[in-house]
Amino acid sequence: MLSRTAENLYWLARYVERAEYLARTIDATLRVTALPAAYVGKTNEWDSALLTAGVAASFYQQYQEANETNVVDYLSFSTDNPSSIRNCIEAARLNSRSVRTALTSEMWDTINSAWIELQAVWSKGTSTREDLAKFLRFVQETSLRFDGSAYRTMLRNDAYWFSRMGVHLERADNTARILDVKYHVLLPDEEHVGGPLDFYQWSSILRSVSALTAYHWVYRETLKPWLIADLLILNDTLPRSLASCYGNLVRNLDQIGVAYGRQGPAQRHARGIRNRLEHSNMNDIFQHGVHEFIQEFIADNSRLGEIITKQYLI
Amino acid sequence: MAVAFDEMNIPGGELRPAYQELARWLKETPPEALEYRRQEAELLFRRIGITFAVYGEAESTERLIPFDVIPRIMSGKEWALLERGLKQRVRALNMFLRDIYHGRDILRAEVVPDDLIFQNPVFRPEMNGQHVPHDVYVHIAGIDIVRVDANDFIVLEDNARTPSGVSYMLENREIMMRLFPDLFARHKVAPVERYPDELLAALRSVAPQSASGEPTVALLTPGVYNSAYYEHSFLADKLGIELVEGRDLIVKNNEVFMRTTEGMKRVDVIYRRVDDDFLDPLTFRPDSVLGVPGLMSAYAAGNITLANAVGTGIADDKAIYSYMPDIVKFYLGEEPILKNVPTWRCREPKDLAYVLDNLGDLVVKEVHGSGGYGMLIGPAATKATIEAFREKLKREPEGFIAQPTLALSTCPTCTASGLAPRHVDLRPFVLTGSKRTTIVPGGLTRVALKEGSLVVNSSQGGGTKDTWILDE
Repeated sequence: MLSRTAENLYWLARYVERAEYLARTIDATLRVTALPAAYVGKTNEWDSALLTAGVAASFYQQYQEANETNVVDYLSFSTDNPSSIRNCIEAARLNSRSVRTALTSEMWDTINSAWIELQAVWSKGTSTREDLAKFLRFVQETSLRFDGSAYRTMLRNDAYWFSRMGVHLERADNTARILDVKYHVLLPDEEHVGGPLDFYQWSSILRSVSALTAYHWVYRETLKPWLIADLLILNDTLPRSLASCYGNLVRNLDQIGVAYGRQGPAQRHARGIRNRLEHSNMNDIFQHGVHEFIQEFIADNSRLGEIITKQYLI
Repeated sequence: MAVAFDEMNIPGGELRPAYQELARWLKETPPEALEYRRQEAELLFRRIGITFAVYGEAESTERLIPFDVIPRIMSGKEWALLERGLKQRVRALNMFLRDIYHGRDILRAEVVPDDLIFQNPVFRPEMNGQHVPHDVYVHIAGIDIVRVDANDFIVLEDNARTPSGVSYMLENREIMMRLFPDLFARHKVAPVERYPDELLAALRSVAPQSASGEPTVALLTPGVYNSAYYEHSFLADKLGIELVEGRDLIVKNNEVFMRTTEGMKRVDVIYRRVDDDFLDPLTFRPDSVLGVPGLMSAYAAGNITLANAVGTGIADDKAIYSYMPDIVKFYLGEEPILKNVPTWRCREPKDLAYVLDNLGDLVVKEVHGSGGYGMLIGPAATKATIEAFREKLKREPEGFIAQPTLALSTCPTCTASGLAPRHVDLRPFVLTGSKRTTIVPGGLTRVALKEGSLVVNSSQGGGTKDTWILDE
């Protein structure tokens, strides 16, 4: 297939995944900030929302204060923020238009109708909490529909695999970023074994990666920081864990390798990351420093993006 | 202007046979039901994303072409005549192009004046002596047809460069079948859905000799911002070929390759929807970023087929148009089946004088214009517009032709105040491959939605209709 088509599919999937993640982050932050201060402490949750979205620096060039109004606007609707939900949806639609031939009509329909629907939101904004909640839900549903239509309607060929790679790479990045910003609340701490403060921080993390219910199913335990870290990093049954994302990335890259009859640096690099995840346990990770581990992962993950681009997309 | 020929109603209250069943159905169908389905159709078009861009409009970069749900119907007999005429016309166009870029018999015979060719900016000297496979220049032609009475089909324009609109022909039918299955059950409508297959077959049949047994065809688009982008992606999809932009292609050793995830892949036939001027910055406009550097040398080396060929503009030029009846006779020795609109060539002083005296009654068109841009419709224009046009004409008479204002035929159309006659034209699509010329029965009917308006171009507020050829 055309390199440009593959590139568009890959980025299209990333944009949709990112939009969903932003919507979840805003949603989770709204919940935490609605609690009385005694439950959440003095940290500015809107500030961490910006950090997990990776746009704190550009935000502060424009705004003085990270409060709900400013951050929601910047993450959702701003045209200046290249990875706002709005820009993600716009970019997704533009990408879809340029690769329409590689999309199924269901996928196109999902993106195009979401785009049409959201034009009204862009022009009117969301004046009430209810509007905002509706909007965030709509974005998440769009991503689900898009994912679902890709899964149910696409041929299982390189177009599908490139698009899935976009999903998993973006997803891994998102999960890793949230861990990067919040790792300190997950550190085992001798002092206190989880007051109400931590509970809400922890559940908020799980909520942003839609893993709160999953946690209980997997561990049948109250929220414990090291188990949360285990779930998000190493548990490959959770679709948003780093391990699961890399299981999928390796599989997709292998499928491409088989279809094209040759492997390259992308396959090797992805396998390297997956092996590291497979052979780690939380004890080692905590011993060597969660923060370092996560930062290394983020760098490795974005390196994989560059390698894929070089090997296939240009 | 005379009362227009109506394709459904015969003056005196009778109906033409092709429309009888439709008329019955219309009588049974309450207006609300019609209105409801009209809205549904619009929703479908928007969701599918069948939009186009209007140049020169900052706002609303994507617009829908209004769709009228009342089909335009022709009998099989009428179509048979039209089909013969179209095939004849396109054969002549191809022979004319072959001649102009080779022996030039027609110029020596003084049927067409030399300067009309050699001083014409759309004449491409690069094509002199250039072989094109099977001597096919115009693989895809869109011939604009109008009617003024029950007997004749008149060619309004030949489109031999990159005619567009066929996606509307196909999508209009899809949507009509979805919304009005009952109406289809009551008619025998000839299907149009094999158009993509015919097109692919035609394109593959003209692959260069150096191509492999399974030639690779690609569709070259200027990109998402082009007004016809939807059509490009639609066709690439239906044909199962890659939709490429200039930057996806590269020329090496006079062969054309596309950049794929598996490396370079040779391309043999390019169905290009990019104008000549932008095809190759090394040969034509150096500022073009839409084209492929070196494409013309690969073309000259015979390693790539371009459809349509380069330089076909000389055949659909509006100044050449007036010679088409003579061109048909010259090459085929036959009487033209399709008529021409009487045309005054403003380059000729006698004609110019007449045109200047009768501007208020005539339609004046730019010789190189298209899409309904830059034309004067005398009867509908204000005094000031006419005077402004008069100055343009005097300054550059060779840039214009003039034609009488035709009373284009009308068809029943949904309007705010119920069904009413509106003027229509028809663009059938004629495909020419190595061995045969085919026309899918039907075409794109364009309708001027404003009462009394004769301008059907989508860029000027026209709409479209599904076109039914009855298979009797």
